[in-house]
Amino acid sequence: MKDLPSSIQKSPRLNQWIAIGPGKQITAYSGKVELGQGIGAALTQIACEELGLTPQQLQLVAGHTGCSPDELWTAGSQSIEVGGAALRCAGAQARALFARAAASVLGVAEESLRVERGIFSSAQTQRVTDYWSLAGEVDLSVEITGDAPLRSPCDYRIAGLSLARPDLPAKLSGAAFVHDFALPGMLHARVLRGPHTSCRLEPVAKEALAAALTALPGVTAVVHSGNFLAIAGADEEELVRALVKAQKIVGWTKPQKLCVQGEIEEMLPAMACESSVVHLAGAPQTPVTQHRARYSRPYLAHASIGPSCAVADPSGGPSSHLTIWSHTQGPHFLRDQIASALGREKNEVDVIHMPGAGCYGHNGADDVAFDAAFIAEMLGTPVRVQWMREDELSHSPFGSASLVEIEAGLDAGGKISSWHLQVWSHTHIKRPGWDEGINLLGAWAIEPAIPEPKDKDVSLPAGGGQRNAIAIYDLPHQAVTHHFITRSPLRVSALRSLGAYANTFAIESFLDELAAKVETDPVTFRLRHLADPRARAVIEAVAKASGWRQPGAEIANTGMGIGFGRYKNRSAYCAVVARVRVEEKVHVEKVWAVVDAGRVVNPDGLTNQIEGGIIQSLSWTLKEAVTWSESGITSQTWDGYPILTFDEVPEVEVLLLDRIDEPSLGCGEAAAGPTAAAVANAVAHALGVRARHLPLTAERLTRLIDET
Amino acid sequence: MSFKVNGRTVEVDADPDAPLLYVLRNDLDFKGSRFGCGTGHCGACTVLIDGHAVQSCTTPLWSVSSAPNPEILTIEGLIADPIGALVREAFLDEQAAQCGYCINGIIVSVTALLKRIPNPSQAEILEALSRHLCRCGSHVRILRAVDSAIRMLTP
Ligand code: FES
Ligand code: FES
Repeated sequence: MKDLPSSIQKSPRLNQWIAIGPGKQITAYSGKVELGQGIGAALTQIACEELGLTPQQLQLVAGHTGCSPDELWTAGSQSIEVGGAALRCAGAQARALFARAAASVLGVAEESLRVERGIFSSAQTQRVTDYWSLAGEVDLSVEITGDAPLRSPCDYRIAGLSLARPDLPAKLSGAAFVHDFALPGMLHARVLRGPHTSCRLEPVAKEALAAALTALPGVTAVVHSGNFLAIAGADEEELVRALVKAQKIVGWTKPQKLCVQGEIEEMLPAMACESSVVHLAGAPQTPVTQHRARYSRPYLAHASIGPSCAVADPSGGPSSHLTIWSHTQGPHFLRDQIASALGREKNEVDVIHMPGAGCYGHNGADDVAFDAAFIAEMLGTPVRVQWMREDELSHSPFGSASLVEIEAGLDAGGKISSWHLQVWSHTHIKRPGWDEGINLLGAWAIEPAIPEPKDKDVSLPAGGGQRNAIAIYDLPHQAVTHHFITRSPLRVSALRSLGAYANTFAIESFLDELAAKVETDPVTFRLRHLADPRARAVIEAVAKASGWRQPGAEIANTGMGIGFGRYKNRSAYCAVVARVRVEEKVHVEKVWAVVDAGRVVNPDGLTNQIEGGIIQSLSWTLKEAVTWSESGITSQTWDGYPILTFDEVPEVEVLLLDRIDEPSLGCGEAAAGPTAAAVANAVAHALGVRARHLPLTAERLTRLIDET
Repeated sequence: MSFKVNGRTVEVDADPDAPLLYVLRNDLDFKGSRFGCGTGHCGACTVLIDGHAVQSCTTPLWSVSSAPNPEILTIEGLIADPIGALVREAFLDEQAAQCGYCINGIIVSVTALLKRIPNPSQAEILEALSRHLCRCGSHVRILRAVDSAIRMLTP
């Protein structure tokens, strides 16, 4: 068999990807959903390019379990690489089949045909035909072979352009999100949860509790099963007011596995872990100097602007079909898990993707979908659940904390002679469909309880805690040890870039420390250890764009730093320079980024992802950390979990190195680690003080300066 | 209670303490203003009341209806407002959004600003945006869109 794209292997028939209609349109089906990353535009461009259509002629249907192919999750910056490759392959075959039919109808040679705007024409005839006229002649229920020739990127007309996002006009007009979706007769519901995921309901008489809750104005129904407790009512506003009162009625046990919060660098190594050497290459050379340092990042929240939301309808179709509208990243997995948790057959449940607020990984989308589905089943009526701000900041899974230690030797020529990185972290993925078991918060609470699965991290090459733990530099010796902490005090799962954020921050900070030891400019030092021309090109370009550390141009308290990474060691290259001014806190003045993501499908979309990735990383790096006390999460509001504000946003300049001959690479997560390192390196340049533990808050910096 | 929303007089039968946001979304079906926090921190719910940008999640209905002839504009109505439409156009031109959840509130605030001060200083722009959060990091584009709206307004 030909090496077919992985999604095609899973959904091998052409009509799972392409359909003629509606009207004078063609429908392309995808499993990769719009999360705010602009993938809808890019996939439209890719499909249009192969099919010979204008974007207006293509309708993209993504993430509908009733009709879209299962492409696992929209995650890991894989949508262009995997989802795009699938649509390209399917589109090419559809076009080839229609071209054959067109040739026979028009009586011309197939090679003479061209297709534009869906119309097939040939120099050999005046007559034309199109996809819609030929629909009856072509059978799309065939296997995809992968034999159809792909259009050459050199001939691209639509892919490569900055097509405007098709979804934005509606979002900037009115109803557009799952949050805005309503069904007739729908009830609103809110789930009561303790301040930590391990809190259980204080033992109570069920009837008395139900009576007390139902007595609250606005509450018309109570759903109570085990530790799952929800109130429902027709008026959302009344229900939210009732929720405040309900929270006072309901008591929670103390969290079961929550340790006292301390510094990450002390907490993590004290936790039970499984250690293994995950990478070993070369042999250490004898060093003349050695250096060792530890870096850390805290637990981080997704902190989406819109709390998670879902609508479920238990009576949506024949034989009590259950339909769920959700902003999940993995509609098929979610359908399977909800069906299993509710004791249903898969074919009795559908999940339909609808946009939600920005998604940066495994947030509360799946959990709230279960909440809505379970409540809807219990009440036999359509239900909408939207989490409150406090739920979003305390019950959505967090991004795992990491501690990274690097020890390296330098030889007499100022080159790295040995390298050992160790990383301590929890799992970085625990989403529905990952490994065994059911990963849905509500499912762990209902009676009979569904057990919470054990944690299992992603192994290399993609890696979870070890993502990007292998330095991308040419080193004569490199060892990586992964200390997998098997349990986490907080619920953790995938957050944008997983372990790459901490590992890249550590590696790139450490490189600057090594460069300083041998009194070498950090850019020169990096290039000394890099042969890959694409890696060198982004670093050289960012140095040039930023006017890297001109001698004599130094300004007091101002510094410039660089950070570089190749995401997952095989995806997009990204080099970042930050200029910071440190006064009472770190002010990031300007950030430059250069990105090589192979052939660029939508330059503006890619730039948008990089800009957003930089700003989000700045927010993590400068400000963010989840906090807790012995009773639960304390960073439950925007006051307790501040994120970057408009007055803290630097100027950002992004440059793309378009590589038309290289495959397109995902880039949504590429900027996270390099940005953090660039800032820390700039702070070190400005102050002469090395900050190794995130976030780089004013308090930490002051402490650091006082210590040195 | 009766007041004007997006140019139309509406009768609302709701608790006077109810936050305006829920009334707009659920009773009047203007879903473009969104719930983000309910506590006045994020600005996703921002609407115009008599030309002022107001966070509707912390604005009780009684405070709206106690003003003489209050007029409310949400994103749905802003599209018919010359400055509002221009600001929205600038956001689309600059593709100033990722998820877009925060953007309507921001468009409302920028419209209020430009109605008051057609050529605001950077400090005035940042002041207007200080009550808005964006998690996707669309800030750079949002600021660019504001600049482009100002340019369109002041030829
Ligand atoms: S929802 Fe009103 S300010 Fe956040
Ligand atoms: S665009 Fe997503 S929160 Fe602003």
